[in-house]
Amino acid sequence: MRLYGVVMVGWFRRYATYRMATAAGVFTNTAFGFIMAYTYTALWDERPQLGGYDVSQAVTYVWLGQALLMACALMGGGFEDELIERIRTGDIATDLYRPADLQLWWLACDLGRAFFHLVGRGVIPMAIGAFAFDLTLPGSALTWIAFLVCVVLGLLVSFAIRFLVALSAFWLMDGSGMAQISWLAGMFFSGMLLPLTVFPGTLGEVARALPWSSVLQIPADVFLGKRTGWALAEAYAFQAGWALALLGAGRLLQTAATRRVVLQGG
Amino acid sequence: MPSPEPLAVEPAGRSTATRSVELDAFPTRTRLSTLTDGLRAYGMIAAMWIRSTMTYRASFVMTTVTSFVVTAFDFIAILLMFTHVDALGGYQLGEIAFLYGAAATSFGLADLLVGSTERLGRRVRDGTLDTLLVRPAPVLAQVAADRFALRRLGRITQGLLVLGYGLGTVHVEWTLLNLLMVPMMLVSGALIFAAVFVAGGSFQFWAQDAAEVQNAITYGGNTLLQYPPTVFAKDLVRGVTFVVPLAFVNWLPALAVLDRPYPLDLPHWFAYLPPVVAVLCCWLALLAWRAGLRSYRSTGS
Repeated sequence: MRLYGVVMVGWFRRYATYRMATAAGVFTNTAFGFIMAYTYTALWDERPQLGGYDVSQAVTYVWLGQALLMACALMGGGFEDELIERIRTGDIATDLYRPADLQLWWLACDLGRAFFHLVGRGVIPMAIGAFAFDLTLPGSALTWIAFLVCVVLGLLVSFAIRFLVALSAFWLMDGSGMAQISWLAGMFFSGMLLPLTVFPGTLGEVARALPWSSVLQIPADVFLGKRTGWALAEAYAFQAGWALALLGAGRLLQTAATRRVVLQGG
Repeated sequence: MPSPEPLAVEPAGRSTATRSVELDAFPTRTRLSTLTDGLRAYGMIAAMWIRSTMTYRASFVMTTVTSFVVTAFDFIAILLMFTHVDALGGYQLGEIAFLYGAAATSFGLADLLVGSTERLGRRVRDGTLDTLLVRPAPVLAQVAADRFALRRLGRITQGLLVLGYGLGTVHVEWTLLNLLMVPMMLVSGALIFAAVFVAGGSFQFWAQDAAEVQNAITYGGNTLLQYPPTVFAKDLVRGVTFVVPLAFVNWLPALAVLDRPYPLDLPHWFAYLPPVVAVLCCWLALLAWRAGLRSYRSTGS
């Protein structure tokens, strides 16, 4: 277990090294936060209480999205590009040779990265958003804790999906197509475009049942105090259920994949 | 399947030789000849990348479709909004489609032609910019054509489709002037976005990791312009009118076509300024590029 802790810290520090890139990223998240906050304000001015949110809550949703965007690697930038590349080039053989579990190893890497992005890319845009707009912030420390637990569960689901996508490179060789499809699905079904509560009819029901809703929609609802008590427990169960199912699938796929590894070259 | 991105090969070594002969024959190079040199080098490099892209045709089709779908998401978000409302910021769906289409098409064109300048920081970091400096072709042309990505046609197609829908839906009296405004807007808008790309690239000579700042203005600007200006705070509108003049890409000319008032109290003839602003922006971007290139110090050992 200590090994994975070290790997996690290593990846945290790896991303923390590029301070200029982080500052530039914060600028971008903030700029998009402003643009989207204004468009949401226009929408909620026309239809107050749309999707069960008031204007302040809708704008908070925007800034939460910007704060979590990098951490949950919804638009790429996670570990998966590196793993896909290692599978394609055959470097994966070295990884399999190591006395560490492939899935846990990459989970530790991705969590290290995600925690850095949560702090480095999430906190400042959120603070600027809170300064510029009237945001709905949790009143009690308990809600903050409930929210953070929810975010970590969301990170697990996000990792599990991207791990499956990356392993597809064992069969497809070029994993970029699958990565792009998963990226599109993640963008659409996580609620990054618009809250899933605003999606009409069946589309909304389907979107809310898919694993991607664990990544942004559910943490945002917990943050906004929409889910407390039993509803909160339900949310956790939903997230944990998807995380277990997808991580389990990743494990099965990993076994199947490592069985059929054929090393090329001499 | 092999890698979709093959290693860069030197563009036609034979013509490089002929180029240096020409340079000896005409030692004093005018600005015009630099321009034609640049365009020719750009064309050659872009053609090379298109050839290499076409080697992996399935990959090309897939990435183009992705580029189309990703950009379509922005419009789908607007369509989802319009399942709940009839107007946003006082604008109907058709009018927003017009604004969206104009911005997306201009941005797509600029992205296709010079979008690769956002990769400059990486070349500065790993030292491969030096390779470009010793080649007998303008560096800007080489950087802009680097990894020329034909898949960005997906973005342009999406923009044009929405623009077509918008043009078909809005109630505008199509006088000759209004008709001419549309192509004028697309070309000037593409030039303004191109200038922002190049200026952002120049900035990376100093701040190599700052590609994301450029994204905030290019991609962010594109998103901003897809909505009517009435949605945004006055200060933000002022900023994109007078500081980074993105408002000239579509807001000012399109609002004149739609016969809508611009939120800032500007004279009517501002709507006809985009070509002037575009030329001015390009000139400033070239100055920034030259200053950046001159200050460049290689990381090489």
